[in-house]
Amino acid sequence: MATPPLPPPDPQFVLRGAQSAVHTLHFCEGAQGQGRPLLLSGSLRGLVHIWSLQTRRVVATLDGHGGQCVTWLQTLPQGPQLLSQGRDLKLCVWDLAEGRNTVVDSVLLESVGFCRGSVLAAGLQRWMLAVPGRGIDEVQILEMPSKTSVCSLKPEAQARLGMPMCLQLWQADSSPRPLLLAGYEDGSVALWDVSSRKVCSRVSCHTEPVMGLDFDSQEARGVSGSAEKALAVWSLDEQQALQVRGTHVLTNPGIADVKIRPDRKILATAGWDHRVRVFHWRTMKPLAVLAFHSATVHCVAFADDGLLATGSGDQRISVWSLYPCT
Amino acid sequence: MDPEVSAVRLTVWEAVHILSSSEDGGRIFCTLGSLKRYLGETENPALPEEQEEFARIHFSTFLRCLVGKLSPDWLELLPDGQMEELWASFFLEGPADQAFLVLMESIEGAASPSFCLMKMAQLLARFLSVGRMAAVMEGQCRQQAGPAFPLLQETLLTKVVGLPDRLGNRLQQENLATFFPQNYFPLLGEEVLRVLQVVVDSLRGGLDCSVSFLSQVLGKACVHGRQKEVLGVLVPRLTVLTQGSCLWQRVCWCLVERVPDWAMEAVLKGFVEAAPGPEVLSRLLGNVVTKSKKAQFVMTRKLLFLQYSCTMPMLQSLLGYLAMDSQRRSLLMQALKELLETWGSSSAIRHVPLVQQRYVSKAILICLAHLGEAELRDSRDELLASLMEGVKSRLDSSLPPVRRLGMIVAEVASTRIHPEGPPLKFQYEEDELTREMLALAMPRPAADGPSEAGLSFAPVSGETPDRETVDRSGPQAGPEGSDSELDSDDEFVPYDMSVDREQRSSKAPSYVRGCLEALTGSEDWERWEAALWALEGLIFRSPAATQEVSMELAKVLLHLEEKTAVVGFEGLRQRALVALTVTDPARVAEYLTAQFYALNYSLRQRMDILDVLTLAAQELSRPGRLGKAPQRGSPDPGSQPGGAVVPAWRAVVEERVRRKTRRFSKGSAGRAPAVGPNEFNSVAGYFFFPLLQHFDRPLVTFDLLGDDQLVLGRLAHTLGALMYLAVNTTVAVPMGKALLEFVWALRFHGDAYVRQGLLSAVSAVLLSVPAERLLADMLDELLEARSWLGDVAEKDPDKDCRLLAVKALLLLEKLRDKLLPLSSP
Repeated sequence: MATPPLPPPDPQFVLRGAQSAVHTLHFCEGAQGQGRPLLLSGSLRGLVHIWSLQTRRVVATLDGHGGQCVTWLQTLPQGPQLLSQGRDLKLCVWDLAEGRNTVVDSVLLESVGFCRGSVLAAGLQRWMLAVPGRGIDEVQILEMPSKTSVCSLKPEAQARLGMPMCLQLWQADSSPRPLLLAGYEDGSVALWDVSSRKVCSRVSCHTEPVMGLDFDSQEARGVSGSAEKALAVWSLDEQQALQVRGTHVLTNPGIADVKIRPDRKILATAGWDHRVRVFHWRTMKPLAVLAFHSATVHCVAFADDGLLATGSGDQRISVWSLYPCT
Repeated sequence: MDPEVSAVRLTVWEAVHILSSSEDGGRIFCTLGSLKRYLGETENPALPEEQEEFARIHFSTFLRCLVGKLSPDWLELLPDGQMEELWASFFLEGPADQAFLVLMESIEGAASPSFCLMKMAQLLARFLSVGRMAAVMEGQCRQQAGPAFPLLQETLLTKVVGLPDRLGNRLQQENLATFFPQNYFPLLGEEVLRVLQVVVDSLRGGLDCSVSFLSQVLGKACVHGRQKEVLGVLVPRLTVLTQGSCLWQRVCWCLVERVPDWAMEAVLKGFVEAAPGPEVLSRLLGNVVTKSKKAQFVMTRKLLFLQYSCTMPMLQSLLGYLAMDSQRRSLLMQALKELLETWGSSSAIRHVPLVQQRYVSKAILICLAHLGEAELRDSRDELLASLMEGVKSRLDSSLPPVRRLGMIVAEVASTRIHPEGPPLKFQYEEDELTREMLALAMPRPAADGPSEAGLSFAPVSGETPDRETVDRSGPQAGPEGSDSELDSDDEFVPYDMSVDREQRSSKAPSYVRGCLEALTGSEDWERWEAALWALEGLIFRSPAATQEVSMELAKVLLHLEEKTAVVGFEGLRQRALVALTVTDPARVAEYLTAQFYALNYSLRQRMDILDVLTLAAQELSRPGRLGKAPQRGSPDPGSQPGGAVVPAWRAVVEERVRRKTRRFSKGSAGRAPAVGPNEFNSVAGYFFFPLLQHFDRPLVTFDLLGDDQLVLGRLAHTLGALMYLAVNTTVAVPMGKALLEFVWALRFHGDAYVRQGLLSAVSAVLLSVPAERLLADMLDELLEARSWLGDVAEKDPDKDCRLLAVKALLLLEKLRDKLLPLSSP
C-alpha cells in the first residue's frame, strides 16, 4: 500500500473515578430507553459503578461484595436486573428498576477461582446460570431464579483439565439443548452438552490456561486467549466436534479477556501487556493496537452500537469507537 | 630391382615421355588409360605384383609428372573435362598416402596464387570429401606387418594434422571452407571413426591391425588444441559403440593407451571434458591410469593439483572414473590423501588463490562421496590427522571465505571419516557456494539421471503424512478461507501498529550514574538489561553527567559480559561505548587505546576497542553532527518514548508555523547542509598514535606479529579508517607519515587480511593528506610505496589485495595529474 498507515487511534473518552483496578465491564441499555446505553464496571475494591455515557459521570455506585473484587457483571434481558459476581463467593442479583439499587437475591458460590459465570436466558421467567462448582474442576448449572441446581458438569477423572477458567452458555438456533463452552486450566476448550452432562468435544488449543473465550454461534466459530503468546480460533462442525482453525501469534504473552463485537465484524483482546488488540473477526487480520493503558488491561466489552470499552489496572476505563457498525 | 624384369618401369617411362612431349589429346588419354590398369578396378587389371610395384615405386613419380603437366591448355586437349577427370582419378583412386603427400607437396610448392594451386586445392577438397583421408590412415594401420617407415609416418602425421594451417597459409583469402579447422577436425574425427570401424572389422576377421597411428593423429590434434572438434565427434559415437561390444572397448582403450606421452594430457583432458559421466569415461579409457605413468600423473595430479580449470561436471567425471574400478580406487584414496594434505597446508592456504582452494575443497568432497566407509576407516588416522591440521590452519585464517571452506569441508569430512565420533558443527551462513558444496558431498546415485529425480521425490512423500497429522491435531496456518477475498473488507483499514513491540519492564534507570550502578552491582537482571538498553540515550542526553563518570563507565562497558540472553547485546554495548567515546573523546580514547595493548584482554575485547574507536571517530567527524545527535537516540523507540515523540511533535509545530507565517522573500527554501568544524580534529591524536606504539612488542597473551594476525589486520584497517576520517585536520600530516612507516614495516606480511588493511591504509593516506604536503614531506615514502604497490598489483595471490593495490595506484596517478598543472607554468 502506498499510503502510510493511519496513526494509531485515540480513545473517544476516558472514564476516571473507579478508584481501583477495573476488572469487569458491561454495557446495558438505559433503563428509560435513553439514547445511549449505560456502562457498568466492577472494580477490585468491590464496587460496581454505573456510568452514563452521555454525561460520562457515575450514575450510581453499588456496594455489595464486601470490598472483594467484582469479577463479572451481566444484565438480564427481561428487565433491569443485574448479576454481579464477586470474589467474596457471592453472586448478587440486583434490581435496578426505577432508580432502585438493591440486592434482591444472592447465590453462594463454592469456588474461589477467577472463573466468570455465564447466563442463558431462554424465557422471561426462567434462566440458566453456569458458575464454577464445588469441586475444583466442576461447573455448576443452576436454574434461576429458583436457584435449583440442575446438574454439575465434572470431567472424567483421567482428563486432568484443571479448573474451569471461563464459561459460555449458548443454544444453537436449531436445537433446544443448551450447550456450554468451557476453557480449562490445561489450555483446552471443551463443549458440554448440559442436558446429557457429557463432553461433546474437546480441543487443546493452548499450552497455558485459557483466560477468556468468545463464541460466534452463527458461524460456529470461537476464539480463545490464554496466558501464552497466541490467540486460538476454533470452530464447531455439524457433529459438534471442535477443531482448531488457526492460531494467531501475538507480540507479548497474556490475554485477559476476548470479545467479539455483536455484529461479528471485529474482536478485541485485553492484554497483560497494557494493550488492546483489535482483529478482523473473519480473517483475523490485525487492525489496531490500542496502547493507551499503563497497566494490565483486565476486560473489554462491546456495546450493541459498536462502542468498545476497556478496563485496566490503571483504574481507567477507555471508550473507543472503531470501525463503526454499518 | 633388376632393370630387365621391370615391364612396369618401361611402361611408366614411356607414359612419362609421352606426357611430357605430346600435345595430342587422344594419345595422352590412351597412355593414361593404359596406366590405370595398374590401379586395378578396370576390366583387365594388371597382375597383382605389377600393381604392387607400380604403387610402391612409380606412383609418386608419375603423380609428380601429372602435377607438372597441369595447365589450362593441357586440360582442354580433350573436350568436356574428360582430361581433368582422368587426371584426378589417379589421385583419388591410387594409394592414398602417396597421393596425399604429393598433393600437399605440390600445393606447398605451387606459386601462389595460381591456376595450379586452385586446382590442387579443389582436388584436395574432393580427396577429403570422398573419404580418402580414412584410406590414408587405414594404410598406416595395416602396415603392422611390414617394416614401418617412421619418417614417412612422421611426415604423414604432420601433414594430416597440420593441413588446415598449411592450406590457410597458402591460400590466404581464397581458402576453401573444407579446410577451416572448425570443419576439418570434425571431419578428421569422422574419418578416425571410420578407420576404427575398419580396424574392428578386420580384428573380427582375425587380421592384425595397429591403432597407434590413429592415436598419434588424435594426440597431435589434441595438442593443437582441437580436442573439442575431434572428440566432440568421436566421444558420443564411441559411447554408443562401446556400449555393448567388448571389442570396441578394447580398441578404444588401445587408442588411448597408444597416445604418445607428450599428447596424453591434452587427450585425457579432452576425454574428461567430452564424456557425459564417469561411467562413459570408464568405458572409454579403461585402466589407462594404471598402465601409463603419464596418464596417471595427468589424472591424479595435474588435473587436481596443478590446474583448476576443470568444471564441476568434469571433476565429478574424473573422480568418478577413478572410483569405478577396484584397480583405480587405490589411486582415488591416494588422491584424497594428497588433496587433504594440500588443503590443509598452511603455506598453500596463504599462497594459493581462493579459486583453487575452492576447487581442491570441492574435489575432496567429491572424493569423500565416492569412497566407501570401509576404505575410509582403513586410513582414518592419516586422513583425520591431515584434516585436523587443515581445519586448524583454515580457522586461523583471517579471510572469511577461507574459514568458511574450512568449516564446510571439516563438517562433511569428519562425518564421513569418523561417523561414530561426535559430529563437528560450525555456524556459517548458507549461500550459493555452501549449497553447491554440500550437494557435492551427497553420494551420487549409480546411474546418471533418472534416479536423481527419484531422490528428490522421496522427501516430498515423506512429508505428506506429517502434514495430515498437523491437519488433524495441531494448529494450522490460519482460518483465512478463500471466502475472505470474496467480500471486500475495505472499511477495515488497519491502523499503524508499529507501537506493538515486546514489552519491557519499566525499571530502566533515568540517570547515567544509575545505569552505572545497575550494570556493576545489580543482581536484578531485568534492571541490568533495561540499563543497557537505556544507556546510549542517557549518555547523549546528559553529556555533562556522563563526563563525570566516563572513565568508570568505559571500564565497566569494556568488561561487561553477556550475563543474560539479551537480544543484540553486542550492539547495545558497542553503541553505548561509542556514545561514551563521542561524549568524552580525549579521555575515553586514551583509556581505550591504552587498554588495547594491556595484558588481560581477550581478542574479542581488543577488536571491540578497535571497532568502537572507528565508529566514534566516524561520528565525531560527521559534519553537522550536533544538530542531528538527539534524533539518533536509542534504537528502540518503545523503551525511549521521548526520543521518538519529539521529532513528530516538532514536525507538527513547524508545519503549523509554516502555514501561519507569511514569508516575503522566497529565497532558498531548502536547508543548507549543516556545516561545522571537524570535531575529530582536536582529538584524532588520542585515537591514533597510541595504537601505533606497541604493535611490535609481544605480550604473553597478545602477540600481534605472531598468532594474533587477525587483530593485526583489524588494527591496520582501523588505522586506515582513522586516517581517512582525519581528513582536513591539522594532525593528518604526522598521522600519514606514521602510518606509512607502519605500512612499510609490515608490507611483506604473510596474511592477506593484514595486507588488505595496509593497502587500504595507504589509500587513506593518499586521500587524507593534502597533496602538497605529501610531496613535500613524504616523497621518498611515496616512491617506495609505489613500487611496492606495483608489485602487489601484479603478483599478490589474493584478488582483493591486487584490487586494493590498483586502487591505491590510481589514487597516486590522480595525485600526479593534480600536481602537473600546478608545476607546469
